[in-house]
Amino acid sequence: MTQEQALYKYCLRMGDDALIHAYRLSEWCSNAPILEEDLALTNFALDMIGRAQAILDYAGKIDGKGKTSDDLAYRRKERDFYNHLIMELPNGDFAYTMARILFVSIFEYYFFSELSHSADTTLAAIAAKTVKEVKYHMAHATDWALRLGDGTDESNTRMQQAVDDLWAYTGELFETDDATAVLEDRNIAVDMGMIRAKWKTDVTRILTEAKLKIPADGYNQTGSGNGVHTEYLGHILSEMQYLQRAYPEAIW
Amino acid sequence: MATDSQLAMWEVFMQSKPGANYIHAGSVHASDKEMALQNARDTYTRRGEGTSIWVVPSNAIVASNPDDNEMFFDPANDKVYRIPTFYVMPEGAKAI
Amino acid sequence: MEVLEKKNEIQDNLLKNFEAKIDRGDAIEPRDKMPDAYRKHLIRQMSQHAHSEVIGMQPEGNWITRAPSLRARQILLAKIQDEGGHGLYLYSAAETLGISRREMIEQLHSGKAKYSNIFNYPALTWADIGAIGWLVDGAAIVNQVSLQRTSYGPYSRAMVRICKEESFHQRQGYEIMAKMMKGTKDQQEMARDAMNRWWWPSLMMFGPHDSESPHTGDAVKWKIKRSSNDELRQKFIDKTVQQAEVIGLTIPDKDLKWNEAKKCYDHGPINWEEFYRVISGNGPCNKQRMAHHVKVHNDGAWVREAAEAYRQKKEKKIFH
Ligand SMILES: [Fe+2]
Ligand SMILES: [Fe+2]
Ligand SMILES: [Fe+2]
Repeated sequence: MTQEQALYKYCLRMGDDALIHAYRLSEWCSNAPILEEDLALTNFALDMIGRAQAILDYAGKIDGKGKTSDDLAYRRKERDFYNHLIMELPNGDFAYTMARILFVSIFEYYFFSELSHSADTTLAAIAAKTVKEVKYHMAHATDWALRLGDGTDESNTRMQQAVDDLWAYTGELFETDDATAVLEDRNIAVDMGMIRAKWKTDVTRILTEAKLKIPADGYNQTGSGNGVHTEYLGHILSEMQYLQRAYPEAIW
Repeated sequence: MATDSQLAMWEVFMQSKPGANYIHAGSVHASDKEMALQNARDTYTRRGEGTSIWVVPSNAIVASNPDDNEMFFDPANDKVYRIPTFYVMPEGAKAI
Repeated sequence: MEVLEKKNEIQDNLLKNFEAKIDRGDAIEPRDKMPDAYRKHLIRQMSQHAHSEVIGMQPEGNWITRAPSLRARQILLAKIQDEGGHGLYLYSAAETLGISRREMIEQLHSGKAKYSNIFNYPALTWADIGAIGWLVDGAAIVNQVSLQRTSYGPYSRAMVRICKEESFHQRQGYEIMAKMMKGTKDQQEMARDAMNRWWWPSLMMFGPHDSESPHTGDAVKWKIKRSSNDELRQKFIDKTVQQAEVIGLTIPDKDLKWNEAKKCYDHGPINWEEFYRVISGNGPCNKQRMAHHVKVHNDGAWVREAAEAYRQKKEKKIFH
């Protein structure tokens, strides 16, 4: 695997994460438990779309075939998407959505903090901007985890259920593959082992404070590194890509 | 079913740039102060309007009563000696 | 008998003071004395306005996941988010009159409070997103600009903020329409179809003709309403005709023509039968919009309860 190929895949993985998580969050628009939270979740989605745009544009450049972020987002097939599975799972209830933001934002906080020192200056710059955004997502999700975990019996049950359900999808966030190995050697990619420990420490502290049980580590769902997804991704793409596919000649 | 709440109301004050006065921007609903601050941020700084935010529970604001306006505010109207232009300065004096 | 007369005299004086204030052009603030009818009118109008902003998120929200580019998705999300914000500003402004957001939502659900009729129409194609921004927001802006000078302080301040934010809404919609009219045959057809479906409902947004409108009296005298329905509608038509021409769209009104004497456009008759039919609940989406709002409200109840419960627990901890 050449460095270009590795970098291309690495960017798709990051870009698709932002793209697909943003898609799920944007589904909350006009559906949140209170108007203020509607605006907050939209802000998160907007942060992520901006990030997806920057990273996918860069991926297109590395690929060198003149593809834009839109080409990559709207004209790629499901098996060529590399977002982690956790991003594409349906929103579930508010607890489920918040637990996902919590798990993902803590991961992203450490990931992009590290990436901001990458030898690849484009990625480093995108990462530096992203750290600020996800730090806020993390604060927001942490507060909600406390409120829901330590709120009512019902909210505690729902939040625990969400944590338990999502747990099997968190391990995949820290997976490495051929591409990361190539890039790590050149100080471009992030050392996953290190951030995994930090993630676990933070998550344990927050869940404990929120009166939630830490699930036992068991089997981790995986596959997205090879473009093998859940059934949900296909539905996201068929909706997201509908206009571009139905009217391939049109410019929007 | 329990009585449904839309959470308590908070007043939001924004500073548009460092050093500027805090100006009332509007209100948000929130159950606690962390939420109030975040909701204020997500509602009132979407276009880069602020560098600092205060939030105050709306019921902690004490407002003057319009019925008292005459006794509160009219007596200040004739105290012209508080205004610099009231004073006659000798001709030729500079920087005063 | 004398007591009653005395009471009436006090009432008369209060009303005189209030109206003198209005005549001077002073803003009315929450703690000022105001006639009951003024307060009631404001609550009705402002809550209806707030509900409209919030319900209006639905037709556009219908296209968020299908927006055809990342840029389009960002714009649409930011636009709908603004509308949620507008709802929030207006609820807050109405709350200064002594009604809570909870009560306003209850009134919406019970049918006592209304929202703008326009949102009972469906957003069927992507061109509808263009038409909504250009025509519906365009019409709303004409009304909102006029309301910046409304007599109630909190309402007027909310309108000033809203108008500032609205300025991109109409432009993004017009941009979509312009792009589609320059695009493929399919796109042009979509744009024309959207124009045809949204034009007349947009004109209805301004409400019945001045000759029919029951609320003109007090609302105008007390400067809640600063322009009449027909004046605002005329303003909207006059500025939109040229915009349609520029992008090659035809306004679906064969009677539309420039009136040189009046220096404005004459337009054909509005289908008021449709207007009242939709208002009375028989529009294409009335049930869908309300069901959505009720469901979201109910689904969110446990979250709001949890937040309250958590605060109470924390407060107890502090005081013990
Ligand atoms: Fe609107
Ligand atoms: Fe609006
Ligand atoms: Fe708008």
